[in-house]
Amino acid sequence: MFATWVGVMLLLTWRTGVIEAQSDPTEVESCVTCHQALPDGPLSDPVTRYGDDVHSGKGFGCVACHGGDGTILGPEAMDPARGFLRDLSRQRIPTMCGHCHSDAAFMRQYNPGLRVDQEVEYQSSVHGQRLVQESDSLVATCVSCHPAHGIRPPSDPLSSVHPLNVAKTCSACHANAQYMADYGIPTDQAEKYGRSVHGEALTVARDLGAPTCNDCHGNHGAAPPGVSWVGNTCGQCHSVQEQHFETSRHGEIFPLIGIPGCAACHNNHEIQAASDEMIGVGEGGICAKCHTEESEGGIQALQIRRLIDSLRIQLDSSRALLESAENSGVEVSQAQYDLEAAHSALVESRAAVHTFRAGAVDSSVAAGLAITDQAFIRGMDALGELRFRRTGLAVFALITVVLIVALLLKIKEIEGPSMSYIMFTREMRLPETRGPGSSDRNDEESS
Amino acid sequence: MSPLRESLTRLWTWFDSSTGLSGVWALAKKKEVPIHKHTAWYYLGGMTLFLFLVQIGTGVLLLFYYRPSSGEAFESVQFMMAEVQFGWLIRSIHNWAANLMIFTLFLHLFTVLLVKAYRRPRQLTWYTGVVLMGLAMAFGFTGYLLPWNELAYFATRVGTQITGVLPVVGDFLLRVLRGGEDVTGATLTRFYAFHVALLPIATIAVVAIHVLLVQRQGMSVPRRIERSKEPPRSMPFFPNFLIRDAVGWLAALAILAALAAFIPAELGSKADPFASAPVGIKPEWYFMFMFQTLKFLPAHILGIEGEVLGVLGFGLAGLFLFLIPVLDRKSAAGERSPVFTGIAIAIIAFIVVMTIVGYMVDPAA
Repeated sequence: MFATWVGVMLLLTWRTGVIEAQSDPTEVESCVTCHQALPDGPLSDPVTRYGDDVHSGKGFGCVACHGGDGTILGPEAMDPARGFLRDLSRQRIPTMCGHCHSDAAFMRQYNPGLRVDQEVEYQSSVHGQRLVQESDSLVATCVSCHPAHGIRPPSDPLSSVHPLNVAKTCSACHANAQYMADYGIPTDQAEKYGRSVHGEALTVARDLGAPTCNDCHGNHGAAPPGVSWVGNTCGQCHSVQEQHFETSRHGEIFPLIGIPGCAACHNNHEIQAASDEMIGVGEGGICAKCHTEESEGGIQALQIRRLIDSLRIQLDSSRALLESAENSGVEVSQAQYDLEAAHSALVESRAAVHTFRAGAVDSSVAAGLAITDQAFIRGMDALGELRFRRTGLAVFALITVVLIVALLLKIKEIEGPSMSYIMFTREMRLPETRGPGSSDRNDEESS
Repeated sequence: MSPLRESLTRLWTWFDSSTGLSGVWALAKKKEVPIHKHTAWYYLGGMTLFLFLVQIGTGVLLLFYYRPSSGEAFESVQFMMAEVQFGWLIRSIHNWAANLMIFTLFLHLFTVLLVKAYRRPRQLTWYTGVVLMGLAMAFGFTGYLLPWNELAYFATRVGTQITGVLPVVGDFLLRVLRGGEDVTGATLTRFYAFHVALLPIATIAVVAIHVLLVQRQGMSVPRRIERSKEPPRSMPFFPNFLIRDAVGWLAALAILAALAAFIPAELGSKADPFASAPVGIKPEWYFMFMFQTLKFLPAHILGIEGEVLGVLGFGLAGLFLFLIPVLDRKSAAGERSPVFTGIAIAIIAFIVVMTIVGYMVDPAA
């Protein structure tokens, strides 16, 4: 009976007016008093979970979102005349949240750094457009990602929108084939993302800087990147590659023929770590997707690959040489430090691959090779120094042995053939022993 | 007589008349070294002195390039190791000779302790010897920080922190050592002053007294040999003993050169006060037994902090070692003193065992 009554009461109306945090956060609203006394279920759960909600921490109670009068006990508290919101359907939720979150002056009091355009962004998203234009109640609204009564800030590892949890939150719908059946889009994005270099960086290496779903698709304005601006998406982090790509022939042609920029070679959700083997038309070469070995593109790819390989090999060998000198105890830390510039040159060269011109790659490679050559010479010098040390030691040891032998011969000359070398034992006999012992004599002297 | 020889003789006569060196020479020629089964231990003192001289020589050479500031110390040592001709050799020998010197010093002290050479009339020689041990350890502690590398920085932080636990004077001592609240550039310059000025002056002065006393009193002969009926034997200090000393020094030089060539002194990475301390910081090996003991002590013993009690205990142990000639009345009276032989063996065993344990326990534990 009561449940029926509550159901009726939940046919709510929207209210207006300014919401404020409770003046006394310790004051318990009547909603809590009644709802927590209800048996376990959807009507009492919110009370239990709301304690950890970020809004609760800021002093907002039930009335802040649901309206009504929290000072009155009983069903009268939920009288629409007292501002109680009957209708909390999915279509109404963005507006309800936006009531505060789109109000810059209001938000400034509680979280001045928080953006206030989430509602506008949401309306531009695929989710928001379908919600409004097609009355699609299956699409995500605010509470799909920020579960009502348990909202935590994104920095909280328990939050559904913490970087480590975003993929799981999105895949709650997007990996559900049944749920997504009517939309005609794949449901394996989360699985692919998990295998990608970005997914592994985030989940295995726990690198919170690694991108997750919202970094490419946007969060409140979530939408798939368009063919012509995929580069801008990846360029948020890979800016140098993006610049090279934009000025390349590929950057000019791809949008015209509908090829999605970066994703054409690197894939989208299942992006693997880029390797030098991807350059070329041979085995593992990504260029072979479009170019033959004889074509101009194939020839350029081959040249670029040779340049990159030459720098990488030279860098590795110089590094190994210096490491070997270091392990032998020669101080080469400055040379090793200088060699890091060659590694930077290699990184630059790899980025310059996105110009798809061997000439552009060559300038970075040449700079790197000059450094590796220098390091190689320093490594060889260090090994030469090591040989010099060992030879020097051998010569010194020889001189020492000769001197020691000479001294022993001197002792023999003084003491005769019965001398005992260095260590004295009870059996030792000297041709001339003197007595009494100096110790006794000195004892007497000192006394 | 050739004119050259005549000139040299005249020069020597003039020099001798000014210095009276021929008297010293005559004394040296008269000096005798007793011969018995423990004679080999007599070389340890000379070896320690030789290594100290190596330290002075290499230390002065290091001063030509070393710059004592937190901004430049590490770089100057790095420059020395990489760019300065034979810089690596000088620093490595300085490093190895320091370790060998403390090792031979400990051996020297232990043998003196076991044969009870501290007994009358050599009490003062013993006192100066114990002081020299403290000075050598202070040399090691202050010198360790000077390259301003990561390990040295954190080891010094821990080492000075231990001083700070002492009641009443701990905080004051900590500030004096560090030159402030924490180990900073101020600590480095302070340690530098200790290492290259105060400690050398003090050590040279005490060594002079120590050596003078040895010359004055001669080498001690173990009580049992002294009392045996066999006629005492000896050999002249010069040249018989000195040549043997020289053989040992040459061998030590060869060992130092080999160590420097094959295991040069490491430098590591520059100290970063904001970095977290590396796992398993360990002090130099000669502090290990104290460090390990403090680690083993429970947090509280009879209501007193374990660490405080440990530091006080080591202080008292040091005082006990210093006062052994007074405490060991039997040896002073020329009698057998098995109790102090037992104490000496216990001290040596404790130091050796705790040092080994210190290197065997898991640093992360």
